[in-house]
Amino acid sequence: MGVGIEVTNLNAWYGTNHTLQDINLNIPANHATALIGPSGCGKSTFVRCLNRMHETNPIARVTGLVRIGELDIYKDAKPVEIRRRVGMVFQRPNPFPTMSIYDNVAAGLKLNGYTSRRALDEIVERSLKDSALWDEVKDDLKKKSGASLSGGQQQRLCIARALAVDPEVLLMDEPASALDPVSTSKIEDLIFQLKSQYTIVIVTHNMQQAARVAEKTGFFLNGRMVEFDSTHKIFTNPSDKRTEDYITGRFG
Amino acid sequence: MRSFLLARGNSAFADRIFHWLMVLCALSIFAIMLLILAELMLRSSMAWHALHFKFFFKAYFDPVTGLPNYWDPVNGHFSALPFVYGTVVSSLLSLLLAVPLAIGVAVFITEMCPGALRGPLSFITELLAAIPSIVYGLWAVFVLVPLMREYVNPALIQLLGWTGLFSDENPTGLGFTTAAVILAIMILPIISSLTREVMTAVPHSQREAVLALGATRWEMIRMGVLRNARIGIVGAVILGLGRALGETMAVTMVIGNAPEIHRSLLSNGYSMASVIANEFTEAVSDLHRSALIEIGLALFIVTIIVNALAQLLVWAVTRGAPARVN
Amino acid sequence: MKVGENNLRAKLRTLTDGAVTALAILATLLVVTPLVAIFGYLVYKGASSLNLAFFTQIPKPVGVAGGGMANAILGSVILLAVASALGVPIGIGGGIFLAEFGRGSRLAHAIRFTADVLNGVPSIVMGLAAYSLIVVTQGHFSALAGGVALGIMMVPTVTRTTEEMLMMVPHSVREAALALGVPNWRSVLSITVRTASPGIITGCMLAFARVAGETAPLIFTALGNSFWSTSLNQPIAALPLQIWLYAQSAYDDWHRLAWAGALVLIALIVLAVSLVRFVTSRGVLKGAS
Repeated sequence: MGVGIEVTNLNAWYGTNHTLQDINLNIPANHATALIGPSGCGKSTFVRCLNRMHETNPIARVTGLVRIGELDIYKDAKPVEIRRRVGMVFQRPNPFPTMSIYDNVAAGLKLNGYTSRRALDEIVERSLKDSALWDEVKDDLKKKSGASLSGGQQQRLCIARALAVDPEVLLMDEPASALDPVSTSKIEDLIFQLKSQYTIVIVTHNMQQAARVAEKTGFFLNGRMVEFDSTHKIFTNPSDKRTEDYITGRFG
Repeated sequence: MRSFLLARGNSAFADRIFHWLMVLCALSIFAIMLLILAELMLRSSMAWHALHFKFFFKAYFDPVTGLPNYWDPVNGHFSALPFVYGTVVSSLLSLLLAVPLAIGVAVFITEMCPGALRGPLSFITELLAAIPSIVYGLWAVFVLVPLMREYVNPALIQLLGWTGLFSDENPTGLGFTTAAVILAIMILPIISSLTREVMTAVPHSQREAVLALGATRWEMIRMGVLRNARIGIVGAVILGLGRALGETMAVTMVIGNAPEIHRSLLSNGYSMASVIANEFTEAVSDLHRSALIEIGLALFIVTIIVNALAQLLVWAVTRGAPARVN
Repeated sequence: MKVGENNLRAKLRTLTDGAVTALAILATLLVVTPLVAIFGYLVYKGASSLNLAFFTQIPKPVGVAGGGMANAILGSVILLAVASALGVPIGIGGGIFLAEFGRGSRLAHAIRFTADVLNGVPSIVMGLAAYSLIVVTQGHFSALAGGVALGIMMVPTVTRTTEEMLMMVPHSVREAALALGVPNWRSVLSITVRTASPGIITGCMLAFARVAGETAPLIFTALGNSFWSTSLNQPIAALPLQIWLYAQSAYDDWHRLAWAGALVLIALIVLAVSLVRFVTSRGVLKGAS
């Protein structure tokens, strides 16, 4: 089951660049929430603040409150612990190149010390089934390397890897932007199925994608969140003129 | 699964230990440098106190013959002058031979050579750089020395004897010139590959700008590439010098091992590294050994300075990225 | 400006261009020739002397035909084992620091610079340092001293090649590991280092091959030995040392053995250099985008 995310007065910097300004929103549990906006508006930075990946950059800084479930992720826990509860899928698929498919999916568990063979087998199978990759790879789990799959398959592998650690939240940073249309629609179907079990936050450039998969959508512009509402409302009757301009393609 | 992972803790302790372990390993580089310096200074202090700076340029004179007698361990005469002379002469001469060739090769491989040849040629250069000194020395003793003795030295005496630098007093085929030749062969690959690196670091836009003005290929190379890379090329040459200064085995086998100073470039001589290699295990006294270590210390300091200078110059052009295995 | 003058200038420029090209080709030929000559001569002289006895027998007394360099080969192996035990872990650790922890910091800069400078220090100086540190303290020459001398030569080389290989691992791989909540130390070792391991290993091989051929640092540390010895506390034979000894001698038999030994060394070098080229040309990572 997923948990809700509560963001209050979030500000983020890269060095002197004030990338995010006063972000406030509540992301509902067990729903898919899309974040849209033009390039450089800060949506990727925002999502990286949710699993404390933003601070891996030495010149990065964050202030404000992010509460996932009942946990203040900046005060009550260390980054390593947060990242086991909040999974991330990146824009370009990044399976571990020297590992087999099996080892890739099991990586999050094995590297955290989990060794029970039978349990790992079960978890790997379940994760691959959840990410709709099982049928395509079930015969080559240990023989093929993660990097030998096609782009779309690699991304689903990364999703399986993220799911294997049973996170409460799944962050997806433009997961289909590097993929072909067929793989993209497979990923979108996946998100549809997964959102009842996890809280999904998906950053996307593609407004149609947001409309297809997400119940709520947030529009980011220049480091601020302009509007956050149900997807239907954002796309048919936005409250803010800037949102309307973006939706109708006046800029972006 | 969730509960298992939640109970794992944050591994801050393990992370910190790992971090410090890696720092220690990295700091070992400094430690090694300091260790060498400390040990050499410790063991050379005896010679230093006995002889001070005069060690490097004093000349003793044999009372009977009136000839200079620099290095006479049995009688306690220690002057490093002939070794410094030999090192400098053989190194500079080798640079004279190697640098034009090295730059020529670098220019050829980088700018002129057909693409298919580039790989094999750079492979050959890499191999040349990796051959151990002793192997070069072996080849030099049995092939180069007779060659010099039979053909090259007589020719040099005939053609250049008028300069006063080439006399026929040494018929062995050993000596400064032979040492310079084998040194040139050894330092050539380093100078060449480093020159290639700095030449490749010059952006294409520079080349294109010159070509667009209607320059021939050589003019493009001269103005568009070499001019921009010349600091780095100087660095490459200095690096070659550094290697030549410290080269031991090949030089020891062909330089003649005579602690004397003669004007003729064909005469036998001695280098700083060679005298250490030859005399250390049979040193006649503690002072003798200490004097040899002092020579080693001088070599250490000089090569550090030369190499540091060279690195700075090369980094200025290439921004200090790749590692060079010398 | 007269038209004729222009033509003369243009001709001169073209001529110069051609002359320089010819010179460059000449220079290349002059450089390639010694290598071919040395290699060819070595193979010619060495191959005929390379027989089973070379690898299995120790040197015979002066004047007796036959014998081999088996003890020197064993000695070199032992020395290199000591050197690697010292040089490889410390070197890889240093490389990990430079690539994973210190990137861009001034400390890393200084370490990198010092490592490069150390690489250019004459190897005989390393031998002197090991002599002072170990031989004087222990009171006798030893394989340990020789191994340490070679080991401290390996550290800067391995550090730099490890750093180079780790820098080639794309950032996305590290991020993927971190995003899974893997502790940093585990991520560095099990993911980043493992991804770069082919390159790291061949970097070590290159350092290994380089010190395998070193003679000067061993002259007054390992000293050399005419007999079988495996003790770390006694002088030990080494291939390059033996070659030197035999090359300086007056006996044809020993010269023969020296050539064979040189051939063995060259073979090792060619193997190491070729392997490094092979691995780095395929890329550190197979198929990672």
